[in-house]
Amino acid sequence: MSLASNTANPAASQSHTFQGSSLELKNLTMAYGDIEVLRNVSLTVAPGTTTCIIGPSGSGKSTLLRGVNRLHEPKSGDVLLAGKSALKVKPDLLRARIGMVFQHFNLFPDHTALENVALALWSVKGMSKAEARERARRSLAEVGLAERADHRPRDLSGGQQQRVAIARALAMEPEVMLFDEATSALDPELVKGVLNLMAGLGKRGMTMLVVTHEMGFARKVADQVVFMDEGEVVESGTPGELFDNPRSERLQRFLSEVL
Amino acid sequence: MDWLNTIIRTFFDFGAMAEVLPQLLAVGLLNTLIISIAATIIGLVLGMIVAVMGISPSRWLRIPARIYTDLFRGLPAILTILLIGQGFARFSQSIFGPSPYPLGIIALSLIASAYIGEIFRAGIQSVDKGQGEACRALGMSYAKSMALVVVPQGIRRVLPALVNQFIAIVKDSSLVYFLGLLVSERELFRVGQDAAVLSGNLSPLVLAGIFYLVITVPLTHLVNYFDNRFRTGRRRPAAPSSGLKEVKELDAASPLITGSNT
Repeated sequence: MSLASNTANPAASQSHTFQGSSLELKNLTMAYGDIEVLRNVSLTVAPGTTTCIIGPSGSGKSTLLRGVNRLHEPKSGDVLLAGKSALKVKPDLLRARIGMVFQHFNLFPDHTALENVALALWSVKGMSKAEARERARRSLAEVGLAERADHRPRDLSGGQQQRVAIARALAMEPEVMLFDEATSALDPELVKGVLNLMAGLGKRGMTMLVVTHEMGFARKVADQVVFMDEGEVVESGTPGELFDNPRSERLQRFLSEVL
Repeated sequence: MDWLNTIIRTFFDFGAMAEVLPQLLAVGLLNTLIISIAATIIGLVLGMIVAVMGISPSRWLRIPARIYTDLFRGLPAILTILLIGQGFARFSQSIFGPSPYPLGIIALSLIASAYIGEIFRAGIQSVDKGQGEACRALGMSYAKSMALVVVPQGIRRVLPALVNQFIAIVKDSSLVYFLGLLVSERELFRVGQDAAVLSGNLSPLVLAGIFYLVITVPLTHLVNYFDNRFRTGRRRPAAPSSGLKEVKELDAASPLITGSNT
């Protein structure tokens, strides 16, 4: 798949860069009840880099993301955000520093696109409502949706909804962005636009952890690719290492199925 | 046609109806509405508290909410009204004076709040889990995510059930007459019944019944209207369109596309 071919607006692309933080998982183990769904996962994501997590369903990819922002509390191990343990701060404060984008967008259906973005700005960041709307407007413009600010989610396409969700997360000025199969629920013709948007964020310095089934995206955009299966990291490395020279038999089988 | 005359004299004695009409309007209807609306408002507030407690992560909030709901939903309304209306009469006297009217409203509110609490709880729990997660992922507290996003969505989808509950309260409001109301405090049923004793036929009660129907039937239809609208949604049918249009629009608008990763 060929990504991003538009150079019409080079100035704008440099208008705003991000200060991504480093992220490190140390022997992270997560469980639902007695069942361990993630075992001893260690992973280092350097500031401003993109790590793609690939693997078959049920391998614990989504659970890993949910452990990073503690939507699900890890059982043991540690998560370091900018070098400090994320498990020692209040979850709400931690999550305000980490953006997350979901497979099914999870936009608030009774809020307009603008209100979706503005809500956390005033209710969490304590901006005035006017300030929050102003900031939200800028954020929507960044994802190309300035003109849809007053539309409700049901009047937007899936691609547009996901871009609102990305704008909503970005407006909080996160240090890390988590993407949980952000394009899996999109119509095929809209996937590329959202992937381009994500690639742009990575290029501008955002630290990103991306769970994806888009192998083309992982190969082109990722600085590091992690292959997970059965709750463990089986193999990790550069896209070239994983896609061109898969060492483990499991990754070889997985790639032969998806490529 | 003897039986027809009997029926007309018993149920449709227009003279008796005309006589009781002013009282039914000025006293009965007024009090029925005051009792029902007051009980509904208090019931909504208590019901929301019970609902939020009922879905709380803390069992020390969940269990009392459960017991409260089981209690007031499980007892016959008339029993609850009598127990509260008479049991707390002395207590109420020091606050509201000798009239049992406020206690009647409170008893109805407690019963209503148990049902309304269940309605709210079902509504809130029917909201997609992703809504709360999206809030939490943005750094919102549990309380804020409930108050700003989840609960409002839950309420909207149970509006029909709440209207149904109001109808039930209107009908149950007739039960407070058991507490012995002052003449000026009588609601529709009691006014009708008193007049029926005087007129020697049931026509005043029939008229009272018509008043109940005048309140409840339009509401029933309002529920159906709501229900239909929620089920079919407000979306107007749209002409065929192309997702490719959006792709073009994206290419033109998005300032993030950098082009160097092809």
